[in-house]
Amino acid sequence: MDLIWQGIRQAFGLIFGLDAEVWRISLLSLRISGTATFISLLLGVSAGTALALTRFPGRRILVSLVNTGMGLPPVVVGLFVSIFLWRNGPLGFLGLLYTPTAMILAQSVIATPIVTGISLAAIQQLPRKLRLQILALGATRWQMVRLLLREARLPLLAAVMAGFGGVISEVGASIMVGGNIKGSTRVLTTATVMETGRGNFDIAIALSVILLLLTFAVNALLTRIQQAERPR
Amino acid sequence: MSAGAPILEVRGLRIRRGGADLLDLPELSVAQGETLSLIGPNGAGKSTLLLALSGIESPYAGELLFRGARIPAGAAALGYRRRVAMVFQEPLLFDTTVFENVATGLRLRDLPKGEIARRVAESLERFKIGHLASRSARTLSGGEAQRASIARALAVAPEILLLDEPFAALDPPAREALLEDLAHTLRETGTTTVFATHDRTEAQRLADRVAVLDCGRLRQIGTADEVLRRPADTFVAAFVGVENLLPIRLVPAAAGGEFRALLIGVGLSRGDDGHDGVSLEIGGAAPGLTVGSAGLLCVRPEDVEIEVAAAAAAPNRLPGTVVAVVQQGPFLKVSVECGVMIVALISGHLARELAVRPGSPVTVALPLSNLYAIPQG
Repeated sequence: MDLIWQGIRQAFGLIFGLDAEVWRISLLSLRISGTATFISLLLGVSAGTALALTRFPGRRILVSLVNTGMGLPPVVVGLFVSIFLWRNGPLGFLGLLYTPTAMILAQSVIATPIVTGISLAAIQQLPRKLRLQILALGATRWQMVRLLLREARLPLLAAVMAGFGGVISEVGASIMVGGNIKGSTRVLTTATVMETGRGNFDIAIALSVILLLLTFAVNALLTRIQQAERPR
Repeated sequence: MSAGAPILEVRGLRIRRGGADLLDLPELSVAQGETLSLIGPNGAGKSTLLLALSGIESPYAGELLFRGARIPAGAAALGYRRRVAMVFQEPLLFDTTVFENVATGLRLRDLPKGEIARRVAESLERFKIGHLASRSARTLSGGEAQRASIARALAVAPEILLLDEPFAALDPPAREALLEDLAHTLRETGTTTVFATHDRTEAQRLADRVAVLDCGRLRQIGTADEVLRRPADTFVAAFVGVENLLPIRLVPAAAGGEFRALLIGVGLSRGDDGHDGVSLEIGGAAPGLTVGSAGLLCVRPEDVEIEVAAAAAAPNRLPGTVVAVVQQGPFLKVSVECGVMIVALISGHLARELAVRPGSPVTVALPLSNLYAIPQG
């Protein structure tokens, strides 16, 4: 227990003591996972909405794949992104391996199925007749989609939280495609793994606490947006 | 109202889903300013027809014409769709304020803010929910929510209003009040309305004409009085509440009239033309029925009169005995055995005055103008 308390004290010391390295990796974590979440939102909400509103042969298989993708193991994603970005891989010429961009790419691959699956469920749970009602009010197809998304905004914010939670906490893909390079691709999760490996449990605990606080702060903000704007 | 030029015309409309015909309508037209009520049981095709008329669901065979021009399909129907509004059985309100809900159709049309505020306020006031403007739609009662839904549809000042059983989920007081306000609004605005319901009293209250649908086909169309008192067949008769379908044979009229009906199985003596039964003067008969045809005589229970026993010798009167008296809403439903069972709806006051109770001898009077013969089966 002493070790844990010491870690927590150290965490606050590192935050409020303005430790430059800790602030740097915290902000890098936020930037990489935030960007990946944003990309997954663009792709996932579009794909989820399209899957919810259309019918075509093979749709059910596609939905099953999306649902499976929601539990995609980060190490598997890390492995395949590494292979693609490897010097001799199909995208090796881009020279992205061991860069924050590679980490954003891998995290986007992890978060997109999560956002797609929750968006699909969010749109599908709206009454079917609501679509007819929106069209009957004189909406174009795009206006209808916009109104449906507005109507499903609460579960869609849950999709954002789940997507962000999935990528800010993962370590497998980040370490494989980022390499945990100090000053370049070291983020909170990879740093925690490294410090634990070195036996620096107090620093590892401190980094974990910072990670938890960061996740809490982002989710608290999203929850506030989700719950605050409903009229009484 | 029904005399105006047609604003909507249906020609050879056929809608199939899953290999079955949902709708097969050779012809139907709705006049400018008219309120046409579609009645029929569940699965009759009322909602399917309304969705086709709304321009939302376009895969069909045949033609739909708006002011004489064919309604285009798909995205090209937007111009038409913006001249039509539709209200469903469920209010289908958005998760926002009542004001924003009613403003939705206007915002979709990119109207200026001031214009939107004015029209929303006007529509809310018309349906007596102005005080709910800032309330969340989720906190409304069923009646208030449906008022908001209808206010939303009328805020866009549609040329055609389509209503798909909007009162079906409401309790009787809320339904009655909204029906009254809607009837008033439709009279005031003169909006052409097609209104689906399975409740004939709603149809009677709102409609200039009533169309009876069954299994996707039009069984009859006419004024409410025509459909309720001169049903085309036994299905329509049963659906519109003609509880007395009495077996008859048509016989030549004595003088002036077209037909008389011989009520089969009633009376011990022969009729004055030598046939068994009691002879009745009737108001009309369905096309195709001729002298000698067997048929059914339609009489609505509310058109049957109950008199004291002594009046039985007069024309169109049958002696009988009351076998049951049951309260039905504000009226009493009286079953009288006259050789055939005849059901009458009478007021409690009249029942007390005539001392109508099971076992009482009474005379049943069948007013000529409300007797109509239809084919059997």
